[in-house]
Amino acid sequence: MGMTITEKILARAAGEQNVRPGQIVNARIDWLMTNDATTHVSVDLFKHKLKHPRVFAPNNTVFILDHNVPSETVNTTRVQNIMRGFAGEHGCILYDGEGVCHQLMVEHHVNPGQLVIAADSHTPTMGAVGAFGAGVGSTDFTAAMVTGSIWLKVPPTLRFELKGRLRPGVYARDLILTIIGDIGSDGAIYKTMEFGGPALSALDIDDRMVLCNLAAEAGAKNGIIAPDEIVSRFLAGSGRAVSAQDFLQSDHDCTYEKVYHYDLDKIEPTAARPHFVHNRAEVSVLEKENIRIDQGFIGSCNNGRIEELRVAAAILKGKKIKPEVRLIISPASRQVQLAAMREGLTDIFLQAGAMVVNPNCSVCWGACQGVLGPGEILISTGTRNFKGRAGSPDSFVYLASAATVAASCLEGKIADPRKYDGKETK
Amino acid sequence: MIRSRIWKFGDNVDTDQIIASQYLLVTEPTAMLPFVFQSLDPEFAGTVKPGEIIVAGKNFGCGSSREQAALVLKLLGISVIIAHSFGRIFFRNCINIGLPLVTMEDFSSIAGQGDEVGVDLEQGNVFYGEKVFRFPEYPPHLLAIIKSGGLIEHINTAQED
Repeated sequence: MGMTITEKILARAAGEQNVRPGQIVNARIDWLMTNDATTHVSVDLFKHKLKHPRVFAPNNTVFILDHNVPSETVNTTRVQNIMRGFAGEHGCILYDGEGVCHQLMVEHHVNPGQLVIAADSHTPTMGAVGAFGAGVGSTDFTAAMVTGSIWLKVPPTLRFELKGRLRPGVYARDLILTIIGDIGSDGAIYKTMEFGGPALSALDIDDRMVLCNLAAEAGAKNGIIAPDEIVSRFLAGSGRAVSAQDFLQSDHDCTYEKVYHYDLDKIEPTAARPHFVHNRAEVSVLEKENIRIDQGFIGSCNNGRIEELRVAAAILKGKKIKPEVRLIISPASRQVQLAAMREGLTDIFLQAGAMVVNPNCSVCWGACQGVLGPGEILISTGTRNFKGRAGSPDSFVYLASAATVAASCLEGKIADPRKYDGKETK
Repeated sequence: MIRSRIWKFGDNVDTDQIIASQYLLVTEPTAMLPFVFQSLDPEFAGTVKPGEIIVAGKNFGCGSSREQAALVLKLLGISVIIAHSFGRIFFRNCINIGLPLVTMEDFSSIAGQGDEVGVDLEQGNVFYGEKVFRFPEYPPHLLAIIKSGGLIEHINTAQED
């Protein structure tokens, strides 16, 4: 019997020939990452609870400040300094205001076949380059930092077989919101979501990050896509040489718990209504409901990469957003922000009336920038639309693609982007 | 044996609802307690009594990895959480800090808010009225963590050996 990519990565990390779903393995970790939302909890456990504290592999332990950046209160700075101090003292890699954590891990570190554990729920993003990424809490993180390994239950795999091609005005974001609408917020709990099929050849790294990242919102342990030429080119572009044997593929005789089929030609611009990611609605339907918006957001670990910024800029170019709407754009990393500036996208955004802010979790985190007041409505490329996620418990968040956010900000209400970017072929 | 009143919650209760993002950088954990379940049930934090039990539907604790969500429930004295299913990171977090969980399908559709429930973690029984519901034993590796009192204690013990 063959194995899936995820089973192969876990087998390698555990030093086993074969693993099967349900089996518990002790896996060696390639990359460990934590951010400023919770690192102080881990540092406290490390300093005050562990009898023999030490950092097993500081060169593979990455501390990223991205949630409350730049700091908005004295307390935040105090808590962030705990993190900066720890990273300095133990020689861990530190990124301070460089971008959103998962974006930085993919840009700079994570390679195909690797095992990544991070104290953040959207770690499945790593699957975009064919790596295993799973989120954990502070105690798991601390234990992993000390031992260099973690116990994991080998997950069964759900296969999402993708064919066809997304039509103009429709993006990977619409596809994953469609899938989560179908399988539900608990549709993949404890499981792997593996995306594959002929459609992948037209989905680049940014699109793949969108798919794998939001696997977390179906409850998945990880999301993954077999690495291919697109990954190979991406890695070469960022100066990383990877051995062919790390480009793991699922065997033809592997076992999938279930196979879902999607024809990308049939995917429509899709949104999620408040307050659950699985509350799927077609944007064309929402448009007819005349839902006014107070704020738009393009950014987060799900979005805000150069592809999405290009799409938003194509819609906003030469136009003005409605004056009563605030549009906040946070590029996913410094690299992305620099590219957006070079390509003239930042000019387009500023002239359209948007606020372009530094790379960080921003509005998606709901505690630092663009916090919503009672009764306000946000349309967002963020990861979640939970009650109160972006501020007041009495506010409302719709999730959609960067194109839908841009179009909606032009009209002051949720709007179908296809009337603006119908000429785009992607 | 735990015996106490229950607090009922529905499906897909995410960790943002248990404790919202804006309180996560509060470094003194007890200072977070007044804000627990602020958006879903503002009465909860001021009314819950030590030992009480949460009974919930599907996917309890989904969403953000914030371990503070498990910690504040433990600090408020929640003795055990029974749910149809749990978010996977929340599940690990609870085990790791020594807050017991029971996965039991459909129990939340039977039990009502304020009802009394008994839980025997050793024997794997939930007692409700005249009825007894069985749940499977934890796998050995989890049981070892729970018996140590949490993952950190488990590591401390292992490093002594």
